[in-house]
Amino acid sequence: MDATELLARYEQMAVIRRTEKAAHDLFLHGLVKGTTHLAAGHEAIAVGASAALRADDYVFATYRGHHHALARGATPEECLAELMSRATGLCKAKGGSMHLTKAATGMLGSYAIVGAHLPMAVGAAWSARLRGTDQIAVAFFGDGATNIGAFHEALNLAAVWKLPVLFVCENNLYMEYTPIADVTAVARPAADRAPAYGIPGEVVDGNDVVAVHETVERLARRARAGDGPALIEAQTYRHFGHSRADPATYRPAEEVERWLKHDPLDLARGRLIELGVAPETVTAADERARDVVAKAVEAAKAAPGPDPGEALTDVWADGGAAWRT
Amino acid sequence: MADVTAERAVGAREISYREAVAEGIAREMRRDPAVVCLGEDIGEAGGVFKTTVGLREEFGPERVWDTPISEQAIVGAAMGAAMTGMRPVAEIMFSDFLACCWDYLANEIPKVRYMTGGQVTVPLVVRTANGGGLGFGAQHSQATENWALTIPGLKIAAPSTPADVIGMMAAAIRSDDPVVFFEHKGLLASKGTPPPPGHVVDLGSATVVREGADVTLVALASMVPVALRAAELLAAEGIQAEVVDLRCLVPLDVATVLASLARTSRLLTVEENPYQGGWGATLVSVVADEGFGLLDAPVRRVAGECVPLPFADALEEQVIPTVEKVVAAVRSLAAY
Repeated sequence: MDATELLARYEQMAVIRRTEKAAHDLFLHGLVKGTTHLAAGHEAIAVGASAALRADDYVFATYRGHHHALARGATPEECLAELMSRATGLCKAKGGSMHLTKAATGMLGSYAIVGAHLPMAVGAAWSARLRGTDQIAVAFFGDGATNIGAFHEALNLAAVWKLPVLFVCENNLYMEYTPIADVTAVARPAADRAPAYGIPGEVVDGNDVVAVHETVERLARRARAGDGPALIEAQTYRHFGHSRADPATYRPAEEVERWLKHDPLDLARGRLIELGVAPETVTAADERARDVVAKAVEAAKAAPGPDPGEALTDVWADGGAAWRT
Repeated sequence: MADVTAERAVGAREISYREAVAEGIAREMRRDPAVVCLGEDIGEAGGVFKTTVGLREEFGPERVWDTPISEQAIVGAAMGAAMTGMRPVAEIMFSDFLACCWDYLANEIPKVRYMTGGQVTVPLVVRTANGGGLGFGAQHSQATENWALTIPGLKIAAPSTPADVIGMMAAAIRSDDPVVFFEHKGLLASKGTPPPPGHVVDLGSATVVREGADVTLVALASMVPVALRAAELLAAEGIQAEVVDLRCLVPLDVATVLASLARTSRLLTVEENPYQGGWGATLVSVVADEGFGLLDAPVRRVAGECVPLPFADALEEQVIPTVEKVVAAVRSLAAY
């Protein structure tokens, strides 16, 4: 990745970081209801992987999926409008934080039942093969999903048919509130399971956007060539708790400190400086990100709420919700 | 390449319900390359109920995919394929096993269109062998259509004749909405006239299968022949029962039921599922709300007992509606 591209990725990560902080602040001001699962700290995974994908590839994410939606082409304004229950929201205010979806750009959904979307990605990969395209599908999921039945069913099915799908685990060390190591039989919850399905299982520093990009690019090329699925365990850390109700006080202070020093934005900034990019140039990218998100917050705040009639649309393909004659 | 239609047509004037399933799928696979099948034992084995015989030979392993015993992966993969341009037909062997992939039927498939604000279409069919009467015990005999009925966003088809199997299979596969297609195990060996090419039965269209002026019996799937036999016995007593085959639970054809009630003024539902939470409860609540003035008697429901299905025939008969139970209920209604 050259300096120009890395700077663009840095700016993308900065936009995601600012959007997550805005979501947090808007919640504190009572403007976001329900719950949010912020991905601050995970930016390098979404951005690095997306940079390695084609525009027509498919992405499936979890309830912690703001970063994937943003990396995959959703704007901060439409994401924040969705969180704030506005008519201009990404899903017309019917999905909310846990279901950000932008099908037009291949972001085929955020799913709030842990692990449920892994078989869907397998199906999308099957569909690509049946249609004779060389698209691939990617499922992003957390470490907690590795103990779900659907994870194992999906890996086996993808492996047995050598389907073009990448399983990308964002291992942030905690299954909700519980350390994943306390409830998992193997040390590396995703990568250690890959050999059981006869597929590659690679561990990568999930906070290093360049490393994530390189790994996904290599395994995507392999999948596209017909050599089958792969599993990537990207090690990372979340800056906030599991959800907005969770202050994450169960995490040891030294662990938090160690990971905060390994921030994906700081890492990318360091690499940019090494590549000879002037510090002011990086700071300018930060300022652009700040402005974009600030404008998005204002626009989302100013947008109208949904038309109440929308509650009874979009159940069926004809747009309606009628269940009887 | 074998041709399911041609093989069956040789010297055969009737088609069985089980053959109709494969025939219905084959017709759609021939007309639309996006139609693909996946499920356990559906390929070389032709399905444990022989409902997919000939499909693998005609369409090949890419379009008729034998899967592992992985119900979540089967239905989840069907969903992903449906979201990306295919029209998958997934088989869940026994309807009891729908519980193994209930997350997909309850949380994923029916909700994704709504919660994405209409961005995603999921045109898939989940086929499954439903119902009791064959002594398979409590975990292979349930009539589970009510499970699906509780979930907004699923269409529910349950044909009772071979012609309807083919016509409703066409409608289900062509539907842009997800359809759960219940094939009744007790009807698999029944026979009927094969429908002409291009036969389509719109989802949500009930049909009057026997006319009568005294009482309306509304039935579904295996309960349709039960209701028809009861109607014959009742006719000998001078009671003329009209029998409505509901055919679909969603969309629910309330209009046909109300029109029948306008002729008969008495209503009995005949349901294999347990009384508790049965589809008849939804139907009679609509009738009570919108057709109360049409009624000259209370509405009645003959339904399964609220117990797991027992194994022994003698016990199963105690639990599932029988012709005798229907006749007795109609007599009491007619005399009201």
